Amino acid sequence: MIGKELTLCAAAEGLRKKTFSAVELTQSILDAIREKDGALDAYLNVDEAGALQQAAAADAARAAGRDGDLLGIPLAVKDAICVAGQPCSCASKMLADTVAPYDATVSLRLRAVGAVFAGRTNMDEFAMGASTEGSAFKITRNPHDRTRVPGGSSGGSAVAVAGGMAIAALGTDTGGSIRQPAAFCGCVGLKPSYGRVSRYGVAACASSMDQAGPITRTVEDAALLLQVLAGVDPHDGTTLDAPVPDYRAALCGGLTGMRIGLPREYDIDGTDPEVTACVRRTVDACAAAGAEIVELSLPHTEYAVAAYTILAAAEASANLARFDGVRYGHRAAMPESVFDLYAQSRAEGFGPEVKRRIILGTYVLGSGRYDVYYGRAQRVRTLIRRDFDEAFKRCDVLFTPVAPTVAYKIGEACDDPLKMYQSEMFTIPASLAGICGLSIPCGQTAAGLPVGLQILGPALGECTVLQAGQAVEEEVGA
Amino acid sequence: MSQKIDVAEVAEQARIALTPEEKDTFQRQLESIVSYVEKIGELGLDGIEPTLHGNSRINVFRDDVVVPSAGRDCFLNNAPERNNAEIRLPKIVEDA
Repeated sequence: MIGKELTLCAAAEGLRKKTFSAVELTQSILDAIREKDGALDAYLNVDEAGALQQAAAADAARAAGRDGDLLGIPLAVKDAICVAGQPCSCASKMLADTVAPYDATVSLRLRAVGAVFAGRTNMDEFAMGASTEGSAFKITRNPHDRTRVPGGSSGGSAVAVAGGMAIAALGTDTGGSIRQPAAFCGCVGLKPSYGRVSRYGVAACASSMDQAGPITRTVEDAALLLQVLAGVDPHDGTTLDAPVPDYRAALCGGLTGMRIGLPREYDIDGTDPEVTACVRRTVDACAAAGAEIVELSLPHTEYAVAAYTILAAAEASANLARFDGVRYGHRAAMPESVFDLYAQSRAEGFGPEVKRRIILGTYVLGSGRYDVYYGRAQRVRTLIRRDFDEAFKRCDVLFTPVAPTVAYKIGEACDDPLKMYQSEMFTIPASLAGICGLSIPCGQTAAGLPVGLQILGPALGECTVLQAGQAVEEEVGA
Repeated sequence: MSQKIDVAEVAEQARIALTPEEKDTFQRQLESIVSYVEKIGELGLDGIEPTLHGNSRINVFRDDVVVPSAGRDCFLNNAPERNNAEIRLPKIVEDA
């Protein structure tokens, strides 16, 4: 009765027409998790009883006359986002036994419209990583090829959606952590403009770039979720008080007259030729459908990864200083000194990538080095932002690959953190600039692995990237 | 741009105890990462203002009003060790 891989729109329609109830829909998702997640390990924790209870409440509300696109829809939530009463470990031993004391604003907004929280998804520890191999608890596998990574850091959320184990999911994106796993798993992922969505209750990785956003099966689904998530929040002073437009209404604009920019710095030798070919084919199809193609330059692109690495590490080291083994989180047994209490608790609680970033961040913020690294990186960030400002005078959206490769083998990139940072080179610049980016499937390799197209728009340009994404999805049939 | 990173020293400042193996691995990895990020030294940045955030909102205020908050237990339950309404800490005696 319930299709294996329902879109959010189709599920909402089914609930409205009473083809199935929210309890039946939720049960079907819980069944799918039981059946498949043993092989994929997308979830860290599934709240069967809570989800069924929320679904029953949604059914009762609907019977009483309430409606809404998210009412009774089971969602997966990345383990970095607080849902009151549920575990929130950030896939770290540091927070292994932590229960979220309150709802993140995004969770509260979803709760208010009657969404169902099915469970918590795996991620790279504290969202630091790009493969989900950095989880302290388990390795999540790509549903298209279980020997490969799902991408990261929101890998569990992408696999939950791609594997039919959630109708849609929430992820977080600091340097590409929504867009890249969506691409590796063949889903749609949207990183909103910085400040479009509240960060309150979202574990901080790099505060000046973190954004929560949707991972879904279709562009329209992403628009529906963003509609609920977006908006100003008194608990997060960086949220923008710009009006929230009707994102779904923006989808029907088509490609005619749309100016698509192709930045030449994203056309690099190291990119998998099959990725380049898929993106190229999509661009050609868009041109045939009436878009104007504009070749342009983002001249400081090659400095983005270096600047990001400094800024992300500096911010992470400051954010994670709160873990001292005192008030919450892991505490080492029998410390002999106050120093020991801190240093041993942190040594035992954090995994290698988190330690590396804290050490790097401490280094670049150190006395005598602050200006050389951190201060300079912030100025480079200005240049990157200006590059985009200039580009968006000449085009409406930019098309690039999401990543230079498709999903790679588990274990392949683990030993070389620098290589891992560089693999995010196409998603990082938009994070530095605070603009929005959509990742959508644009074909697959001969081996059947999904390829992602990144559509970048200016700050608060979500309507435009969604419009372009919808057109690519529909008219081009990507 | 500057002298080599000393991982042992920085880890101490960051309050992270490292095993000898971690020290070796991180030393090697972070030397290569630091030398990579020094790439930004190639750019002339005179007169370029820093970008501190993803958008330009500054000095955002809200009214200071009392609102209900989650119960004390929600927070205390996450403490490594608690004693009723207090967070319990190990007894540590250090030389002055």
